Amino acid sequence: MLEIKNLNVYYGVIHALKDISLTVNEGEIVTLIGANGAGKTTTLRTISGLNKTTGGEILLEGKAITYLSAPERVKLGISQVPEGRRIFPEMTVFENLELGAYLRKDKNNIKKDLENVYQRFPILAERRRQTAGTLSGGEQQMLVMGRALMSRPRILLLDEPSMGLAPLLVREIFSIIKDINEAGTTILLVEQNASMALSIAHRAYVLETGSIVMSGTGEELARSNEIQKAYLGGE
Amino acid sequence: MTSVLTKKNLLILGCILLTFVLVQVLMSVGFITSFHEITLATICINIILAVSLNLVTGFTGQFSLGHAGFMSIGAYVCALIVMRFDSVAGFLVGILAAALAATIVGILIGIPTLRLKGDYLAIATLGMAEIIRVVFLNLEITNGAAGLSGIPRYTNWFWMYLFVVLTIVLINNFIRSSHGRACISIREDEIAAESMGINTTKFKVMAFAIGSFFAGIAGALYASYFYFIKPNTFGFLKSIDILVIVVLGGMGSITGSIIAAVLLALVSTFLQSFTAVRMIFYALVLVIIMIFRPQGLLGTKEITDLFKFRRKNERIE
Ligand SMILES: Nc1ncnc2c1ncn2[C@@H]1O[C@H](COP(=O)(O)OP(=O)(O)OP(=O)(O)O)[C@@H](O)[C@H]1O
Ligand SMILES: [Mg+2]
Repeated sequence: MLEIKNLNVYYGVIHALKDISLTVNEGEIVTLIGANGAGKTTTLRTISGLNKTTGGEILLEGKAITYLSAPERVKLGISQVPEGRRIFPEMTVFENLELGAYLRKDKNNIKKDLENVYQRFPILAERRRQTAGTLSGGEQQMLVMGRALMSRPRILLLDEPSMGLAPLLVREIFSIIKDINEAGTTILLVEQNASMALSIAHRAYVLETGSIVMSGTGEELARSNEIQKAYLGGE
Repeated sequence: MTSVLTKKNLLILGCILLTFVLVQVLMSVGFITSFHEITLATICINIILAVSLNLVTGFTGQFSLGHAGFMSIGAYVCALIVMRFDSVAGFLVGILAAALAATIVGILIGIPTLRLKGDYLAIATLGMAEIIRVVFLNLEITNGAAGLSGIPRYTNWFWMYLFVVLTIVLINNFIRSSHGRACISIREDEIAAESMGINTTKFKVMAFAIGSFFAGIAGALYASYFYFIKPNTFGFLKSIDILVIVVLGGMGSITGSIIAAVLLALVSTFLQSFTAVRMIFYALVLVIIMIFRPQGLLGTKEITDLFKFRRKNERIE
């Protein structure tokens, strides 16, 4: 469904992504793991159209979207949950969710999707009149995921959804990600929590200083020695 | 959607008309003297300036220190037109041209500078306003540092009030529209906004252009009220004055800007009899308010939120 071919991204002279290629098939959860500064966020932002590429191609369903604007890509069904729980703090939970559907015109379906989000995250329904800034960290993460779902994405790009959450909540977030995927949304998941990510992913890629150094099924990578050493704290 | 003629809207319309008539009557019976009228003009012009700057700074979160620059463009354009076409029609054409000229310059300045954030944007807009001032200082048609005098006076209570109401209604409607919500989302979190597919540059420039449009109108009204304009009238301090009103009233509160504009004009008029200590008192009032209300008098709330008008929070709920 999503294919990236030989993507190159620069920040000034910093060569942040070097000839990256990866594929996400319809219905999959694909995870992209790597250390700080490896280029994971850059990859997602480039797919969303928020960073410019200096070479390579991005294909959605075989069609090049490399030079489309970010709003056009959202309309085509690419939705990003940015790193760091970026809510609209002074707005209510409801207004946050409403903005997730900003580019949509189909009022009736929006209403249905809002119901679905409330069903998936009952706590958001409970807090829908509350300003988002007053939510707890975990609730905020649910809100940004719910907000991304309001655009009716076909592929959801998640940037470190487990960052800074307590272990119990991390498990809950991952199980929600799995549910969202099972309900039909393809997912590209960026994570530092490699063990959790690999446990739910169908396939995985490892990014190191801007290059993909390894790929395989989630299980394969979870068993690999190098991954054990570098990312899973094994011996 | 409900009709425009709701109970709330009729009530507001009633208040608007009543205020107009009340002031008009007070003026004709001489209770409001020509001395008071200057304060009244200052209030009206400052409301237009503050509400329009609030759109840029309070609602869209783009810190601008150059609002007086756009005001000056409006002032000069209107003055030059009304001095040649000395009639009400000339005055109205002048206002329109003033607004459009300020908008065009606003867009030209906005596109490069709005890529900057926070302090950098503040300094860039400050610099741009200075450039505008220096241009007026050196042009022949604007008569350089001496400025333009003998501008025919067409600005009166009717026109001022009309444009104040228009400014408030139009900007308020913009903010409540989906474009306005996009602007607010940029203030709230720009990265989140862009990941929702909101074209942040477009909306920042749009807010800036609208803000400049109304600043241009304020400048036009100013020119045709005070007879006389010179580049230094619209310097850095004027921009700061406007910003003070916005911050004091509450960034993101239209009614806050209105109240602050009225309050500050009254305080400053009242202090006029104590010339020596006037600026000190004025500054003290600001400091005290900021200590007790750091978010401004109203924060991001509107005075109308106090009345239990139903919030239209449930648009698609
Ligand atoms: N706006 C920017 N300007 C300049 N360099 C940048 C910018 N954003 C990222 N970089 C650099 O690009 C490289 C990749 O950054 P990126 O944010 O993609 O890493 P990441 O894998 O998401 O890291 P983390 O796990 O810490 O979030 C880093 O070396 C970073 O310093
Ligand atoms: Mg990152």
